[in-house]
Amino acid sequence: MNHLDGNAAAGALSELFAVDLTAAIAQCNSCGQTNVFAESHVYVNAPGTVARCSGCDAVLLRVVSTPNDTYLDLRGLTYLRVPST
Amino acid sequence: MWQVATVADVRRETATASTIVLEVPDWPGHLAGQHLDVRLTAPDGYRASRSYSIASAWSADTIELTVEKVPDGEVSPYLVDVLKAGDPLEIRGPVGGWFVWKPGQEGPVQLIGGGSGVVPLRSMLQAASGTSTPMRLLYSVRRPESVIYVHDLKELAASDDVDVHLVYTREAPAGEPRVGRIDAELLEQYVYKPTDGATTYVCGPTAFVEAVADLLVAAGHDPARIRTERFG
Repeated sequence: MNHLDGNAAAGALSELFAVDLTAAIAQCNSCGQTNVFAESHVYVNAPGTVARCSGCDAVLLRVVSTPNDTYLDLRGLTYLRVPST
Repeated sequence: MWQVATVADVRRETATASTIVLEVPDWPGHLAGQHLDVRLTAPDGYRASRSYSIASAWSADTIELTVEKVPDGEVSPYLVDVLKAGDPLEIRGPVGGWFVWKPGQEGPVQLIGGGSGVVPLRSMLQAASGTSTPMRLLYSVRRPESVIYVHDLKELAASDDVDVHLVYTREAPAGEPRVGRIDAELLEQYVYKPTDGATTYVCGPTAFVEAVADLLVAAGHDPARIRTERFG
């Protein structure tokens, strides 16, 4: 399946974060590339949402929702830099 | 948070795309280019959600989504073919703050859409209507019947506010000799120059967006002024 971009994860992330993360700068923990999260590659045809680095394809972030909980895995990110509003 | 909107109208745009007009209680407003998530729940509890670009500028009354049917899709065939006025629809949004145009943003705006990639660009065109921001739209479609918002675009093309140029990749209408994808020559002809200080928004299928973005960068456009959105 073709990937979407970071915007496709915006809704799931809006449930977890008080700020919009799609405009945040994300650093990939695998290759060190820093880019706007909106430019990451997002896959939604799975039980969860997976965002991958546009440079090296490593997993940046996963969000999986069950009827009772949401799992958030951020291990692929070194940091997120969120612009002040 | 998910909330329930009511479908006010469903308008057919092309053989495979429909515009859904939604009434949303207490809508907080949105920026042109933002998204809305739509969630469907099957009788057995299975849920699928998808993100769609908002097609309209914010007005207090309604918001519009235009959805293109994806073959074998889980959500879009229902939205395009089954949904009707009066139906409830679960939504979440607005979301996304990157692929947006804000009133007062500096510089002219170049919009480049492929297929239903024109949807968020239409929201930007509506939002900028009546402002002094110069806008150009370059819209790539397979054939004349695939043009979404054909009436809106004809009106815009006839006005002085926006330059609209359509590119046909498979079949062109009578009088339009060029059939083919967007290339460097076409960008040179119809897109703001790198020195014009425009912000460029490119939306469409992944391969389209990447090809156009590469051509723009190769032509000397600043990558920092190119914003892209892909829909697979």
